[in-house]
Amino acid sequence: MTEMILSDSAIAQIEKELEKYPEDRKESAVMAALRIVQDEFRWLSKEIMQEIADLLEMPAIHVYEVATFYSMYEHKDVGRHKICVCTNISCLLCGSRAVLDHLKEKTGVGPGETTADGRITIKEVECLGACGGAPMMQVDKDYFENLTTESIDKILEGLD
Amino acid sequence: MIDESKLNLVCFRTLGNDEPWSLDTYLQVGGYSALKKILKDKTPAEEIIEEVKTSGLRGRGGAGFPTGLKWSFMPRTAPGQKYIVCNSDEGEPGTFKDRDILRYNPHQLIEGMIIAGYCIGASVGYNYIRGEFWQPYQRFEAALSEAREAGLLGADILSSGFDFDLFVHLGAGAYICGEETALLESIEGKKGQPRFKPPFPAGYGLYGKPTTINNTETLASVPVILEKGGKWFADLGKPNNGGTKLFSVSGHVNKPGNYEVPMGTPFKDLLELAGGMHHGRALKAVIPGGSSVPVLPGDVMMELDMDYDSIAGAGSMLGAGSVIIMDETTDMVDALERLSYFYHEESCGQCTPCREGTGWLYRVIHRINTGAGKKQDLELLTDMANKIQGRTICALGDAAAMPVASFLEQFGSEFEAKINNKAAV
Repeated sequence: MTEMILSDSAIAQIEKELEKYPEDRKESAVMAALRIVQDEFRWLSKEIMQEIADLLEMPAIHVYEVATFYSMYEHKDVGRHKICVCTNISCLLCGSRAVLDHLKEKTGVGPGETTADGRITIKEVECLGACGGAPMMQVDKDYFENLTTESIDKILEGLD
Repeated sequence: MIDESKLNLVCFRTLGNDEPWSLDTYLQVGGYSALKKILKDKTPAEEIIEEVKTSGLRGRGGAGFPTGLKWSFMPRTAPGQKYIVCNSDEGEPGTFKDRDILRYNPHQLIEGMIIAGYCIGASVGYNYIRGEFWQPYQRFEAALSEAREAGLLGADILSSGFDFDLFVHLGAGAYICGEETALLESIEGKKGQPRFKPPFPAGYGLYGKPTTINNTETLASVPVILEKGGKWFADLGKPNNGGTKLFSVSGHVNKPGNYEVPMGTPFKDLLELAGGMHHGRALKAVIPGGSSVPVLPGDVMMELDMDYDSIAGAGSMLGAGSVIIMDETTDMVDALERLSYFYHEESCGQCTPCREGTGWLYRVIHRINTGAGKKQDLELLTDMANKIQGRTICALGDAAAMPVASFLEQFGSEFEAKINNKAAV
């Protein structure tokens, strides 16, 4: 496993985020910092959280608190692609169970699992605010709505 | 039937144009004219707030608090930093309207926030966008750049002497951050746990400074209200239920989606607009305002109008206008189990009745749904819901309890059937 250290690019992006907040409120950029680092490494190690804490001049425990409170942060490695399937009420009414079943049939893995080749992690998530397109899922940063078995197959084929 | 000339008049007014999200389109439909007039005439803030009060605009995030009144609570002339914060942490199951404002009419939200900042004496605003909304966030950021370049944001806007800048704070997955004080904590770089109120944000908000938090749709309604007048907006709706509203219609309908219609539109007209029932099935139940509000039977809904008072009169709430449609095939026990899991998952853990109670609610409904229910479970559920409601810092506890009470009240026989007839599960 490659060692996680803050890259120059990450530091530059975090410093840009800091411009949004009062100078004595660096902690406000912690969520952005965690996102930027996770975009690079796919998950957050304790070591990298310590580095974020040092950069933002805040206690590491506060970084860890934030990182474990919000659902989008990962604490162990995930697949190259993360598929988040909404199963909340509107998606449930419109067939989200069939979406999960089909994904399992195609990838061999269910919610919380990663394919053996490290390609795909599947997560079951709460409402993603796209209920008009139910059933829907998020693949990495993109939303896919009005899913059918055919459209899911196509989405999967498009993932490296 | 809905009068088509009454559709998409406010937040969706750029729809139908090429690139409805662009500055050019927004200017074409009259955008930024309200702001320009205010800055040119140096309109007193009190006057603008009065106009917003006249419009009858109420908080579109779900609470329905009068917007003009909320703005008037701010110590606008007191020295020191003040903030305007927009709540785009859209997470209530069934709600997906703010996402479309961000995607299709971001400039109207920006203009609304600048005007709000002007009215409450804030020179800085934050728009809190939920972390999953990556594409809407990109769209909004692009609009911010356009506005900055056009001199509509930043120092000395349009040479008026008024300074205002606006930033996005991106969330990272937490329903609770839609609660306004949890949202402030989140901007401060903390866990999103609601604060005890009082003090209210107008006195002690972001970084301890006076702050107003409004929903995306609320703020995006303001420019049109000021262009066309508070009375014009109020008259679109009904008394005490002014204006138009975005209704997010989802579930078992042919054309789910967002519909901007006048307040007070009959539910049956909204259902027709959304293409009617999927597969021609019968309407069984409707959650009229997002997952946290009481469910109503379909036949009751068919007699109601889509406004605060009509829905409240039937024992539910308009909430954020998130209309979840359930047809005759819907298993109500299954539906409630999913909702209860949601509140259990999203409880921030701060208050014991909510942290523990939501888990109990979910586990008991789960056992009923999976054929392990006991005779006394319905009584147990009611008892637990009552012990959560009103005993927590924020409304998430109530939001978890209310669906349980209403599902049992309206569809109790389905729960009894699953308890009594385990084999059928």
